[in-house]
Amino acid sequence: MKIISAFDVVGPEMIGPSSSHTAGALKIAQLARNLAGSGIVKVRFVLYGSFAKTYHGHGTDKALTAGIMGFSANDKRIREAERLAREAGIEVSFVSDTEDTPIHPNTVDVVMSMENGTSMTVTGISVGGGKAYIVKINGEDISLSGEYCTLFVHQKDSPGVMAHITTAFRDTNLNIAAMRLFRTKKGQDAYSVIESDDMIPEEVVKRIMVNPDIYIAKIITL
Amino acid sequence: MNFMTGAELLKLCEENKKTISEIMQERETAVSGMAASEAHDLMLHSFSVMRDAAREAVIHERRSMGGLIGGEARKMDAYLREARPLCGSLLSKAGMYALGVLEVNASMGLIVAAPTAGASGVIPGVLLAMQEEEGYSDEKMVKALFNASAVGYLLMQNATVAGAEGGCQAEVGSASAMAASAAVELRGGSPQQCLDAAGTALSNVMGLVCDPVGGLVEVPCQKRNAMGAANALMCADITLAGIGSLIPFDEVVSAMYQVGRSLPFELRETALGGHAATPTARRLCADCGKCPTV
Repeated sequence: MKIISAFDVVGPEMIGPSSSHTAGALKIAQLARNLAGSGIVKVRFVLYGSFAKTYHGHGTDKALTAGIMGFSANDKRIREAERLAREAGIEVSFVSDTEDTPIHPNTVDVVMSMENGTSMTVTGISVGGGKAYIVKINGEDISLSGEYCTLFVHQKDSPGVMAHITTAFRDTNLNIAAMRLFRTKKGQDAYSVIESDDMIPEEVVKRIMVNPDIYIAKIITL
Repeated sequence: MNFMTGAELLKLCEENKKTISEIMQERETAVSGMAASEAHDLMLHSFSVMRDAAREAVIHERRSMGGLIGGEARKMDAYLREARPLCGSLLSKAGMYALGVLEVNASMGLIVAAPTAGASGVIPGVLLAMQEEEGYSDEKMVKALFNASAVGYLLMQNATVAGAEGGCQAEVGSASAMAASAAVELRGGSPQQCLDAAGTALSNVMGLVCDPVGGLVEVPCQKRNAMGAANALMCADITLAGIGSLIPFDEVVSAMYQVGRSLPFELRETALGGHAATPTARRLCADCGKCPTV
C-alpha cells in the first residue's frame, strides 16, 4: 500500500460532491484517455452499480466527460464538461446497466472510438477518497492506478519480451518500483504495467518500441 | 520519522518535546520527499480553498445537483445577524460554515476532501469559526490542519474514513475527531489531550449510519457536518476542562472500525436504509426522474 500522506487526508482538492462518484470517476476517465491516446471522437460510458443508480446527482456524467477532456479533479470547468466536449467534437453518451452484478459498486466501462477507426474499452472502479483503478482493458484483466509514473505495454506473449522491456529501464538508469504482467492465453496478447519512482522519459518508449513483439508502449502520468 | 498508532505518535511527541502538528509536518517531509516549505505552502493553499468554499455559500445561495439542499448557509447567516443564537457565536458560525461547504460541494463547487468530500464541512467549520472569533493567524491554521491530518491518517491507517465501509461514523465521525484534536492544539492543549478529544468525538457518534437520500451527498449529510463541527468543539472543551477519555484513542478507533464492519449493507452508503428508505425519500426519488432507476 502507498504510504498515506497528510494530503491524502486533508485532500484532494476537488470539485464535489463525492470523492468516489465525482473525483474517482474523473480519474478513471483520465486514465482511459491516457491509455487510448489522442484522437478520441466518441465515448460511451456504461455505468454499473451505484454509478448507474446515482450518477446524475453526483455529477458522475460531468466528471467522466471532464476526465476524457483531460481536466483534473479541481478544474472548475467540470460543470460544463459536456458542452466543452461537444465543442471539441467528442460525442459522449451514457448507458446505465442495472441488471448485471458489477465487479465493484462503482464500476464504469469506457468505450472509446478513435478518429482512425480503432476502439478501446477500459473498465475502471472507484474505490473511495478519489482513488480509482483500471481493472480491464478490452476485456482483459489488468490493474493500473496511475499513482506512480506508469509505463503501460501491450505486447505479444513471447520469450524475451520482458527482458527487452527491463533492459530498456536499465539502459536509461531507471528504477522499477513495481511490475506486473497480465495475459489470458499463452502465446497471445499480454499487458505489462511497470511503475517507477521517477518520471519515465520518452526515451524508454523509443527503446521498447524497437522490438516487433511490442504493439503499444505508453507512459501514464496523472 | 513515522508512526502507526496514536500511542506511537504520543511517544514521538514526548521524546521530541513537540506538538502533534510538528511531528506530522516532519513525517510529511520524510515520507513524501517534499521540502518542509513546500508541504507548508500546500497546506496553506488547502486552507484557502476551505475558506473560499465556506464563505462562498454565505454570499451566494447555491442549489445542489440533486436539488435537495441549497441556501442553508445564507439562512444561518441571516439568523446569526438578526437573532441571538442559542449556541452562541462560535458554535453557530461553525455550523453555518459546515453547512455552507456542503452546499458548495453538492453544487459541484471546489472543496477540500477532509477526509472525504461528504465530511468536507466539519474541519473548515471549526477552524474558520475559531479563526474569526479568536483571531488565530493563517500560520496557526496550517498547524491545525497538520494536527488534524495526523488524526485522519491514523483513522485511514487503522480503520476507515469511507462511508461505504464504515458508515457516517467513519466519515463525519473521523472529521469530527480530526477537528477536535486540532481545536485542542490551537488552544494550547497537550498531544495527549488532542487524542483524548479526538477519541471522545469519535465515541460520541459511534454507530452513526450512512443513509443518504437518493444516494446523494445532501440529506442528511449537510446537517451531520454541522453536528460534527459542534461535537468537535464540545469535545475540545470537555478535554480542556481536564476531563480525560477512559478508552484510549487507538482502542476507540479499532472499536469504530469493528462497528463499521458490522453495520448492515443497507446502512453503508447504499441508500437502501435509514433516511433513504423513508416514504418521503422514496417518493422524492420516484418523482425526480433524473436517474434511470433507483
